[in-house]
Amino acid sequence: MKRLFPYPVLAALLLLLWLVLQQSMGLGQILLGGAVAIAVSLAASAILPGRVRFRRITSLVQLIAVAGIDIIRSNISVLLILINPRATPSAGFIKMELQLTNQFGLAVLACLLTATPGSAWLEYDGERNTVLIHVLDLIDKDEWIATIRHRYERLLLEIFE
Amino acid sequence: MIDELPLWLSILVSVCVVLGAGLTMAGCLGLVRFPDFYRRIHAPTMGTSMGGGLILVASAIFFTVTQQRLVIHEMVIFLFVTVTTPVTLMLLARATLFRDRIEEARDTPPSDAPKD
Repeated sequence: MKRLFPYPVLAALLLLLWLVLQQSMGLGQILLGGAVAIAVSLAASAILPGRVRFRRITSLVQLIAVAGIDIIRSNISVLLILINPRATPSAGFIKMELQLTNQFGLAVLACLLTATPGSAWLEYDGERNTVLIHVLDLIDKDEWIATIRHRYERLLLEIFE
Repeated sequence: MIDELPLWLSILVSVCVVLGAGLTMAGCLGLVRFPDFYRRIHAPTMGTSMGGGLILVASAIFFTVTQQRLVIHEMVIFLFVTVTTPVTLMLLARATLFRDRIEEARDTPPSDAPKD
């Protein structure tokens, strides 16, 4: 059983993805999707850096909510910069040290920072565990670092480590 | 098709589509308007986050109502776009950083990598 399902959660999510894409709950689709899910999760065990453990599901839900709110907020603020013809945003780089070392956590943080307009994850240094972020409208560097620490990194640490 | 939709729902769907398309359009204009590479990468994100998201929400509502079953596979598009954008972004950004560091352009953050 363990050999067939090295990553049961991944396999279940893949099956769910298959069924959603096929828009069908028929037995044939479940069998076919199940076969694909098992094959892909077996293949994935060759490249995944390790098992994902979700330690706190409540933090995950909280993170999704926070990310949703921030995406909407930053969309509005970037739009305001764009429609103001005289605005020249004071863009700048931030280099910050992270506590987070879990690879999945880092990947989620990169997706989050990139998905919010106004901040972009540019370069990660695995040796020093620092990340270079570019911010479109940079006013206070320390405030940005504190925001990322408290809003995202704290939750990601709770989820993955 | 649109006749099967109650008025308030078709208004909701239309508002979502127009807002989403407007945000995506604004992002594209930003890509043209901003002066340098690093600022330009921020604008199109509006299309891949909220702009695209609103269009997908409108699509999900519309087809859920007209086909009378839950249509949510639009969410998969959002998931895939969000997961894959950082890959191309990092590729482009690191290439630009590399170029700027070699050209010693102004305001480029120094690299941490040991020089060899």
